[in-house]
Amino acid sequence: MEPLVLDFVPLWTLILGIGVCFYVILDGFDLGVGILFGFQPDTASRNLVMNSIAPIWDGNETWLVLGGLALLAAFPLAFAIIIPAVYFPILVMLLALIFRGVSFEFRYRDAEHKTFWDHGFSWGSTVATFAQGMVLGAFIQGFEVDGRHFAGSSWDFITPFSVVTGVALVFGYGLLGAGWLVLKTEGELQVRARRHGRWCFLGVFAAIAIVSVWTPLANAGIAARWFSWPNLLFLSPVPLVTALLGWLEWRSLNNSSEVAPFSAAIGLFLISYLGIAISLWPMIVPHVYTLWDAASAPSTQAFLAVGTLFLLPVILMYTGWSYWVFRGKVKADIGYH
Amino acid sequence: MDLDPLLLSRLQFVWVIGWHILLPAFTVGLASYIALLEGLHFFTGQEIYFRISGFWIKIFSVAFGMGVVSGIVMPFQFGTNWSRYSDATANVLSPLFAYEGLTAFFLEAAFLGVLLFGRNLVPRWAHFVAALMVAFGTLLSSFWILSANSWMQTPVGYELVDGRFYPKDWFAIVFNPSFPYRLGHTVVGFYVTTAFVVVGVAAWLVRRGRSVAEGSRMLSMTFWLLTILVPLQILLGDEHGLNTLEHQPAKLAAIEAHWDTGRRVPLVLFALPDERNEANRYAVEVPLLGSLVLTHDINGEIRGLKEWPRDQRPPVAIPFFAFRIMVGIGLLMLAMVAASWWLRWKGRLFDTAWYLQTCQWVAPLGFVAVLAGWTTTEVGRQPWTVYGLLRTADSVSPSLTGSDVLISLVGYMVAYLVIFPAGLIIMARFVRKGREVAESEPEEIESGRPGGPVRALPGPAQRHGKAG
Ligand code: HDD
Ligand code: HEM
Ligand code: HEM
Repeated sequence: MEPLVLDFVPLWTLILGIGVCFYVILDGFDLGVGILFGFQPDTASRNLVMNSIAPIWDGNETWLVLGGLALLAAFPLAFAIIIPAVYFPILVMLLALIFRGVSFEFRYRDAEHKTFWDHGFSWGSTVATFAQGMVLGAFIQGFEVDGRHFAGSSWDFITPFSVVTGVALVFGYGLLGAGWLVLKTEGELQVRARRHGRWCFLGVFAAIAIVSVWTPLANAGIAARWFSWPNLLFLSPVPLVTALLGWLEWRSLNNSSEVAPFSAAIGLFLISYLGIAISLWPMIVPHVYTLWDAASAPSTQAFLAVGTLFLLPVILMYTGWSYWVFRGKVKADIGYH
Repeated sequence: MDLDPLLLSRLQFVWVIGWHILLPAFTVGLASYIALLEGLHFFTGQEIYFRISGFWIKIFSVAFGMGVVSGIVMPFQFGTNWSRYSDATANVLSPLFAYEGLTAFFLEAAFLGVLLFGRNLVPRWAHFVAALMVAFGTLLSSFWILSANSWMQTPVGYELVDGRFYPKDWFAIVFNPSFPYRLGHTVVGFYVTTAFVVVGVAAWLVRRGRSVAEGSRMLSMTFWLLTILVPLQILLGDEHGLNTLEHQPAKLAAIEAHWDTGRRVPLVLFALPDERNEANRYAVEVPLLGSLVLTHDINGEIRGLKEWPRDQRPPVAIPFFAFRIMVGIGLLMLAMVAASWWLRWKGRLFDTAWYLQTCQWVAPLGFVAVLAGWTTTEVGRQPWTVYGLLRTADSVSPSLTGSDVLISLVGYMVAYLVIFPAGLIIMARFVRKGREVAESEPEEIESGRPGGPVRALPGPAQRHGKAG
C-alpha cells in the first residue's frame, strides 16, 4: 500500500530461524536426555539423568511456544496452512509433551506410580521427538493448498519420507542428549552416555545420507539448486563441513573430551538445518508460498520487531544466568538411597 | 449422526482451556503470595514466613508444571482447529500472544528453576528477586492474554480488508474498551480464588492441631487480604457489567434473560429461559431492580434479545445460569469475610470449629466462580469469535473432518483425565500426609550439582532420613 515501508521480512526470517534453532538445540538435548532416560539401568542413574535437566527444561520448551507464535505473527498464512496439515503429529506431540512435562514433578511425589511416570517421561520424550520429525518431513515434502487453505486430508502427513525423518530426529536428539550427559555426568554414567552417543551417531549419519539423496531425487527443484553450476561449487562446503563435524563427533565420543561431543552434535544440527534452508529458500509453505507472500502486515511485523529486538537479548541474559546457577557436574548422591 | 467438526472443535477448545484456566487461577495468586512471604521473610527476618513459603512453593511447583503443559497446548489450537480465525486475526492479535511469550513465559521459566531449586545456590536477595520475577511473569501473562481476549470481545483500532483484520492503532488494540475491566476482574478473581484455597488449608491445619502457629498466621493474613479483595471483586464485576451493557448488549440481555426492550425492567432472580418461545418460565423477579443494578438508573433502558435476529443471539440459558452461579459464590464469599470480622473481633477466629470447617468446604469455590465467569463471557460472545465481525462457524479449519476432531478430542480427554486428577491427588496428599509446615523446610540442592532428585518436596527417602 504505502510506497515507503521498510521490508521486515528478512529480519523476521532471521528471528524465526534463530528461534527454531534455539528450540531444536535446547529442547533437542533435553528431549534427547528423556529418550536416553529409558535406557538407564537403575534408579540412581535415572535420578541423575533427570536432575541434569530439571531446572531448565521449562525454559527450553518455551522456545517451542515462541517458535509457533513467531510463525503466527510473522508469517500467518504459513501458520494457517501448515499447522492444520500436520494436525495429528502436532496432537501426538502435545499429548506426549504433557506426559513428559508432568513426569518431572510426579515421579518423585507419586511413589506408587513411579514406574508409570518413568515410562511417561521416556516414551513421552521419544514420541514427541518422532512426531516433530514427521512434521519436518511433511513440511519438506509440501502440502496441498487451495487459495489460503490447506486442502488435503489430515492423514497426508504419513509418508515413507516423514517416517524416515521421524526416526532420524529421534537419533539426532538422542545424540544431543548424549552429548549433554557426557558434559554433565562422570564415571559409569558418562561411559554409558558415550556408548549411547555412538549408536545415535550412526543413526544420524545414516539419516543425513538418506535424506540428502532422497530429497534431490524426489524434487527436481531441490536437485537443481544443489547440483547446477556454479551452485555446486558454492555449496560444496556444506557436505564437507558435515563430514568434518561427523569425524569430530565420532572421535570425541571415543576419547576423553567432555565438551566436544555436545558441541560437535550442535554443529551437525546447525549444518543440517542450513542444508534444509538452502533447499527450500525462499519458500515458507514449500513449493507454494514464499516468505513474502505469507508475511503479516508491515505494521504488525514492525510493532513486534521493536519489542523482540530489545527482549531477546534480555531473555538470553537471564536464561544464561539460570544455566550458570546450575552449572557443573550432577553428582551422585551420598545421602539418597 | 453426522460428526460436526465445528461443534467438536468448540468442545475441544472448551475442554483444553477450561482445564488450563484453573492453573493460572491458582498460580497467579500463589506466585504473588509466595513473593509476599519471601519479602516478609527477607525484610523482617521472621522464620515463620520462610516456613510458610517453603510449604507453598512445593505445591506451587506441581501446579505450575501442569499450567505449563496445558498452556503449551493452547496456541497450537489456534492453528490446528481455528486456522481461518488465525489467518483473519493474526495481523492484530498475534503480537499480543507473541509478547506474552517474550515478556512472560521466559521470565517465569528462567526464574522458576531458581525459585524451586536454588535457595542455597544464590544469595537470599536473589532468591527473593526470583520469586518476584515469577509473580511478575504470571501477571504479564494475564495482561497480554486478556488483552487479546478482550479485543475479540470489543474489537477496535483495526481496518477490515477482504475479511482480514489490519492494525491501525496499537494502543487502542491493546487497551481496548473491555480490557481494563476484564483484567482487573480476572486478576482479582485469581487472587480471591487462591486466597480461599490458602484459607481452607490453613483452617485444616489449625483444626488438626498441626503447625498451628503457621496455620493461624496464614488465616489471619489471608482474611485481611480478602477483606479488601472480595468487595473489590464485586465492585469490579459491577463495573464490568456496565461495560458489557455498553459494548455487548446482546450478551447482557442473555445474562439477564431479557427478551423485550424496556425501561424500569425487573431483575430476574431465577427463571427457565425458553429460547424457542422467546420468554421465561417460572420467573422470579424483583420489579425495577434490573434497571437500577444494570444501568445505575431506575429509568435505565435495557435492550431485549428480540432486537437481534435469531442468528445473532447468543444462547441464553448457559450465560444466565453461569452468571448466577458466579454471583452467588461472590456473595457467599462476602458472607465468609463478614463472619471473619465478627469472629476476629470476638477473638475466636482460630478456634471456632464450625467456621474452620466451613472454610474448608468453600476452598474450591473460587475455581467454580472463575469457570462460571468465563463461561458467561465466552458463551455470551457467541455466535462470534470476533464480536459482530467474525463468526465462530467461519473460524474453524476447513480441512478437518468430524472424525479427525473426534480423535483429538478423545485424546485430550483421556490425557487430561489422567494428568489433572493425578496432580490434584498429589497436591492434596502433600497437604494431608506431608510433614507439618514447621518441619517442611525445603530440600535444596547444594550446588549446581544436585544431590538427590531435584525437587522442592522431600521424597520418601529423605522423609525417612530426617524423621529421627
Ligand atoms: C473468584 C472469582 C469471581 C467472583 C467471586 C466473581 N467473578 Fe465475575 N468473573 C470472573 C470471576 C469472578 C472471571 C472468571 O474472572 C470473569 C470471566 C471473564 C472476566 O472478565 O472475568 C468473570 C466475568 C464476569 C462478567 C462478564 C463480563 C463479560 O464478559 O461481559 C460479569 C458481568 C461479572 N463477572 C460480574 C460479577 C459480579 C457482579 C460478581 C459479584 C458477586 C462477580 N462477577 C463475582
Ligand atoms: C484469553 C484468551 C482466550 C481466547 C483467545 C479464547 C478464544 C476462544 C475462541 C476462538 C472461541 C470460539 C470457539 C468456540 O466456540 O469454542 C472460544 C470459545 C469459548 N471459550 Fe474462549 N478464549 C479465551 C479464554 C477463555 C477462557 C479462559 C475460558 C475459560 C473457561 C474460555 C472458555 C470458552 C468457552 C466456554 C467457549 C465456548 C463458547 C461456545 O462454544 O458457546 N475462553 N474462546
Ligand atoms: C487461548 C488462550 C491461552 C493461550 C494460548 C495460553 C497459552 C499458554 C502457554 C503456551 C503457557 C505455557 C507457558 C510456558 O511455557 O511457561 C501458558 C501458561 C500460562 N497461562 Fe495461559 N494461555 C491461554 C489462556 C490463559 C488465560 C486466560 C490466562 C490468564 C488470564 C493464562 C495465564 C497463564 C499463566 C499465568 C501461565 C503460566 C503457567 C501457570 O501459571 O500455570 N492463560 N499459557
